[in-house]
Parts: sequence; structure tokens; C-alpha cells
Amino acid sequence: MSLSLSPEEQAIAARQDGAGMAMRIVAESARLLGAPRLIPIASAHIDGALYHGDSGTLFAEKLVEGGAKVAVRSTLNVGALDLMGCSRIRLEEPQRGMARRMMEAYRKLGCEQSWTCAPYQAGHRPALGSDVAWGESNAVVFCNSVLGARTNRYGDFLDIACAITGRAPDYGLHRPENRQARLVFDVSGLSASFLASEIAWPVLGSLYGREVGNAIGVVTGAAGHPGEDALKAFGAAAASSGAVGLFHIAGVTPEAPDVAAILAGPEPEAVIRVTPEMVAKARAGLSTAAAVKTIDAVAIGSPHLSHAEFDSLERLIAGRQLAVPVYACTGRHALALLEKDGRRKRLEASGVVIVADTCVVVTPIMPDIGNGVLMTNSGKFAHYAPGNTGYAVLYASLADCVESAVLGKPVFTDVAA
Amino acid sequence: MNSAAEILVPGKAGEGEALVLMAPISFWGGVDPKTGRIADVRHPQHGEVIAGRVLFLPGTIGSSSASAVLMELVHNGRAPAALVLHEPDAILLLGLIVAREMGWQTPIAVRLERGAFDAYRGGAVAVAADGAITAVI
Repeated sequence: MSLSLSPEEQAIAARQDGAGMAMRIVAESARLLGAPRLIPIASAHIDGALYHGDSGTLFAEKLVEGGAKVAVRSTLNVGALDLMGCSRIRLEEPQRGMARRMMEAYRKLGCEQSWTCAPYQAGHRPALGSDVAWGESNAVVFCNSVLGARTNRYGDFLDIACAITGRAPDYGLHRPENRQARLVFDVSGLSASFLASEIAWPVLGSLYGREVGNAIGVVTGAAGHPGEDALKAFGAAAASSGAVGLFHIAGVTPEAPDVAAILAGPEPEAVIRVTPEMVAKARAGLSTAAAVKTIDAVAIGSPHLSHAEFDSLERLIAGRQLAVPVYACTGRHALALLEKDGRRKRLEASGVVIVADTCVVVTPIMPDIGNGVLMTNSGKFAHYAPGNTGYAVLYASLADCVESAVLGKPVFTDVAA
Repeated sequence: MNSAAEILVPGKAGEGEALVLMAPISFWGGVDPKTGRIADVRHPQHGEVIAGRVLFLPGTIGSSSASAVLMELVHNGRAPAALVLHEPDAILLLGLIVAREMGWQTPIAVRLERGAFDAYRGGAVAVAADGAITAVI
């Protein structure tokens, strides 16, 4: 079926201003995707404001010059700079200036200055069943899976074009029939102590992404709701190792009250029975550093740390001095609360480097030391840090990350799967 | 060797040495936006340069910032001479769609069955504005 636009959409697409440009971009994408029509959206989350080169800045500025404004609530994902001034970004001129112009252009388009990859913990939580256009893979998977709102994986340029037009191509995960599960990912063969541990969900997410790719699966065998931060870590890891845009957890996520309710047919097309050996292998696969005696840094906060995660960090540090820095990446929504009661000062005095508005794998923050070793509790950082920062990675729980930062050498507590 | 291909995104007709990729590629992190060099060390054609070539793509993987990298290549004058894809890749091709909106000259992108790619390997290829693909002798 070919794309059909309403008379109003056609009229906008014929205009020479920013809105016309945005409508033509949405319509051309819809045509390439084979969407029959455009549908209205309730909100957007924009990943396009991260600087990759001058052309992206010029695009955003052309929309501004054309008088474009977002038509729906639009939050911004991370940029390349820490506008809050918490951490020092080593981006040089002229890139630094172009990155700043890009962030400024998105502000002028009417986007909220949220600058976070966890907008869903910064007050942007679209309703169950609503259509939205979100970018950033972890935000997309959380929005679809945990909130039950409907979005595809919107890439650079299309996210802001959807936000300006208030429309998105009608295809993929916007359609209920494409949201049903075809695979079962059964974790009932794992120990209760492992499933209750902090590393369970990021490690399982990494395994899940590799096993299912872009198929829709339902996780079974989880004992109760693991908590929102665990679901955040699971989705982020799954969207790094695979092209996961939506997962279900039976009895936990809103579209899967039970397995039968979400399966596309009477029987799943495949059942993946997760064994302790598979988990051990997935966990080992998150580390790239071989036996090392020291670490150079710890990075946490991909996705951005929540208030609850800062509570855990502070409790684990317990006022001790760190031998190597802990880079704690977060959004300004969490920063506000940290500032209020003096916690930021206490954390920084211990040796924590708070990074706001951005993170350590998208812009140069950590020193360029060559052969550095980074420890992290994030499946997503573990995936991207080696390529983007040059640091080898060790994956561990937050508790082990903190103990290792205090000692300057890796400490691991074993948790049998 | 001649093929009539479907136009995915109209653009400037192009001619250049064929570069038939043996494996899918992630543009973000996989292609240097400044030079057009394949930077992904795990890609079998690591080190080849896509600028000025007729690029045959068996598929793309990875980041949704592929569009930003392709547009940056266009802006830096390092884009392929033409793109030949097995199937329409909305994220990658968005880079061309947006570059056209910016008023920059973009290469044509056409669709061709993957099985027909090999016939063009190793020679020069022209892709006409009407989508016709011709081996140049």
C-alpha cells in the first residue's frame, strides 16, 4: 500500500518553512518504510542533539530559521557538553562551539532541557497505549516495555521531524499485532539468590539481546517485580547487544499480565531456557580486560542514575576516600535533589565525579591514557566503552565497583547463577 | 552487465569503482565521517574507503545515528558516488533525504537484488539518474 497523506499534511509538506521540511522528512521516511499513513503522537524524546559533525548542527539551525517549533512535549537526550558544569569535557574547538550551537538550536525548537537518557525518570512517562516518537535505544525499550506506550526506534533527524509535525509513520511497534511475543525467555532455571542480585538484570539483558535480536520475547520465571532500575538496566543491556525495541516480563510489564495474554499464538515459536552456564558466559562476555591488577576508573550511570541509585552509591561509599574516580553520570533532574541536601559535595569530596547532561561514552571526559581499565555495573557501558573510550572494561556489581574504587584494584564477589 | 533498479532516493547520477561489501556495516562507529574510511576493525573490508565508490550494501546494522554519519559524509564531500541497497534502509537513507532538504547535492540510492551484486565486483560502475546500473568498460 502506498502512503496517503491528508490534505492538511499535504499542504504543510508543500511549504518552504521548517514545518514543511519536517513534514517532507516524515513523509519520505513513511514511504520508505511502507507505512500507509501518518498517525498523531503524544510526545517525543529527541536523540538528535548529540554532536556527530557540523551537518547535524546546520540541520537543526535550518529548522530554527524556518520558524519550526515542536508540536508535542519533547524531551532531549544527552548532548556532548555538561552544561551544568559538573565535569570537564575535553572536546576541543571548533567542535565544542558547534556542539553548543546544536544544543542551543534544539532548545529554540521548544524542546525541554532535560538532557538525559532516562527521561522516564525525569517526569516524562507517556500513558499506556499512547503513540509517541522516541529516540535513544534504552529510552525506546523502556517506553515500550515498562510504560506500554508505543514507539519505534526513531533515529537522528526523524525524531525531531516527528516532534515538529506531531506525527509518525504508522508501522512497526505502533501496531498492536507487532507487539505480541513470539519467543519465551525462561529464567526459572536460575537460582533465587542470583535473580535477586544486582547484576542479574543487566547480565540477563545482555544475553537476551544476543539471543532474540529484534524479535519480541517474553521473560518467564521471574519471581516478582525486580524494581524499575533493574528493568532499566535490563532494557539498556538488551538494546546494546541486540536490536531490542520491546520486551515483556510475564506478571511484571503492563502488556503481559501472563504469558498467554502476550503470546502471538497458542505456542511460542521458540523457548530459550536460560542456564547458569549461559549466564556465566554472558557475564564474562561483558568484560574485555584480562587479569589486571589495577583499575583506572569506575563509570556508572548508563542509563543515567536515579535518586535510588545515588542512595545506594552513597551508602556503599560510606564516607570513604576513593583511590580512583567514580564517574557518576546522571541528568539534571537527579542533580537538583543532590544539590539540595549537600550530598553532591560529600560525594565529590570522596572522589566521585558527577557528570550531568551527557556521559563518558559519548563525549571525551575520562583522561586519554591508553590501555586504561574501566570498571562498570552497566551492561551498556560495558558494550560501548571499549570502542568509544579506548578503555578495557571489567563488569561488576555496584558494590564491587565501589570497593574496587576504594582499593584501586578489582574486587569481585561471586554470585552463582 | 546492465540492471534497471528501483530508485529509493533520487539524486545525482554517479560513476566509480564498485565496492561490494561482504558483510553488513554499522555506519556509526563503522565509517569515519570525515574520510569515508571503513573504521570497524571487525569488518572484512576494514580500511577501504567508500567515498567516490559505487557502494553495494548487503545491509546495515547498529546505531540509529547511521543517518547522521551519511549526511556528514555528504557535507564533507566524502559520500559514495551512488548507493545500491538490497532493501530500503529508512534510517540510513534518511541521511540522504535530510541532506537534500539542506540543499546539498546527494548521490542517488537504488534498490537491487543482493544476488546481482557480485557481477559488479572489481570494476567501474555507473548509476544513471533513472536508476539504470551499468558496468563501465
